[in-house]
Amino acid sequence: MSTWSPYDMNGGTCVAVAGADYCIVAADTRLSTGFSILTREHTKVVTLSDACVLASAGFEGDRKQLHKVLGMRQQVFAHNHGGKPMSCPAMAQMLSNTLYFKRFFPYYTFNLLGGLDKSGKGAVYTYDAIGSYERTGYACQGSGQALIMPVLDNQLKSASPLLYPPVSSATPLTEAQAVDLVKDCFATAGERDIYTGDAVEIVVINRNGVRRETMPLKLD
Amino acid sequence: MAFSGKMDLRCLSEDYYSPDVLSDDDAMLDSREVGGAPMASFPLPAVDDIDTFTSEVTNLVKPNHGTTTLGFIFEGGVIIAVDSRASMGPYISSQTVKKVIEINPFLLGTMAGGAADCQFWQRNLGVQCRLFELKHKRRITVGAASKLLANTLFSYRGMGLSMGTMVAGWDPDGPALYYVDSDAQRIKGKRFSVGSGSLFAYGVLDTGYKWDMSVEEACELGRRAIYHATFRDAYSGGTVSVYHVTENGWRKVSGDDVGDLHYHYYPEGNPTTQVVDPLDV
Repeated sequence: MSTWSPYDMNGGTCVAVAGADYCIVAADTRLSTGFSILTREHTKVVTLSDACVLASAGFEGDRKQLHKVLGMRQQVFAHNHGGKPMSCPAMAQMLSNTLYFKRFFPYYTFNLLGGLDKSGKGAVYTYDAIGSYERTGYACQGSGQALIMPVLDNQLKSASPLLYPPVSSATPLTEAQAVDLVKDCFATAGERDIYTGDAVEIVVINRNGVRRETMPLKLD
Repeated sequence: MAFSGKMDLRCLSEDYYSPDVLSDDDAMLDSREVGGAPMASFPLPAVDDIDTFTSEVTNLVKPNHGTTTLGFIFEGGVIIAVDSRASMGPYISSQTVKKVIEINPFLLGTMAGGAADCQFWQRNLGVQCRLFELKHKRRITVGAASKLLANTLFSYRGMGLSMGTMVAGWDPDGPALYYVDSDAQRIKGKRFSVGSGSLFAYGVLDTGYKWDMSVEEACELGRRAIYHATFRDAYSGGTVSVYHVTENGWRKVSGDDVGDLHYHYYPEGNPTTQVVDPLDV
């Protein structure tokens, strides 16, 4: 009888690309519900530490809750460890557990975690809504996923890490090339996905720290 | 109200793993209390009909699914072979999923069904097995390990978990292979295949299986069975990984792209893939 649902789909697209010594995490800034745009300048990306950036699409309420919980745990961890932030692989495992502990009432969020691992290499972790995760070289989540992921595969696909004997699977692009690719991806997805547009926020993590830039997209 | 109940932040406190929280000795046997996953940490939605809610949510979040895995015991040990594809509905969400979970140097688990369920609970099983080792000063048997998993899954029966796993390994009694699923069914056996492509894999596996195969023959049988499953099952694909377990523990034998395997098995092209134009006479 009642059709009320605790969830809404607010759209949005996130892309992350890992390189040899950098990582890019990007998301558009449009927030929609149904066929309406709620706001054109809403960030989906949270900088958890100098080595970790999280972007999530899906339901804004759950996204905000999840980002707050992780930000808080990161702060507590740093406080307990003399100001040293949690490593990116540790944060990745914690995000997986955080999502799984809501297995029966999930966070309706589709997450990408980007950062640098202990050796300074770029790392991208991609998740499903209930915490299954995998480290990859690049990933896309959210409403534009099916539009962007094939482009990334075409430009960046490398040997599977499961091959044995192992084959190197590093992303070949420089940082500037990768940023351009990410911008192109969003501009293209904005043409065909009603939930992607307005602007794209690009966060670049490298040994110099975290840099944030914004590029306008079409507003229609 | 969307969010019912308090957030469980006990894992933030320093004494979370201390005897106060994980108190009695028998806590080890109660899988709900082991490995930092007590039942209270799984908040439930405030709805009357949890089954309907769960199926609606599953439809909404479309968790990763689909697989072919197989395992068999032969004279030379245990072979485990798996594909690496994960799909969310018709969308292939990954071609590089690690479906063999390395629980410890003598135990392997395989993953079919919900990726998150398998990843989380097999990691939890790894914790339980390590705690067993520390407590009893000997490695856990495959039977006991698979029963820990089955007990965990029994306690969540009817909650919508989706897992079809094999637990394989070598213990003092020799090689062992168990099938455990989210209905808490646990079967000991010599030959299993699990997942959407399992019927295709069984076809190849049952035809080629012999007890006294060489290790090379056995690995090749596993690889060929998974390859043929990826050929016919749309939900299977990616790379074929083969593991071999002996008294010295497990070892990854091979990982091959199914594209490369196709040209390896059918260098002149497979007749079933040739397209014929009926009008072109």
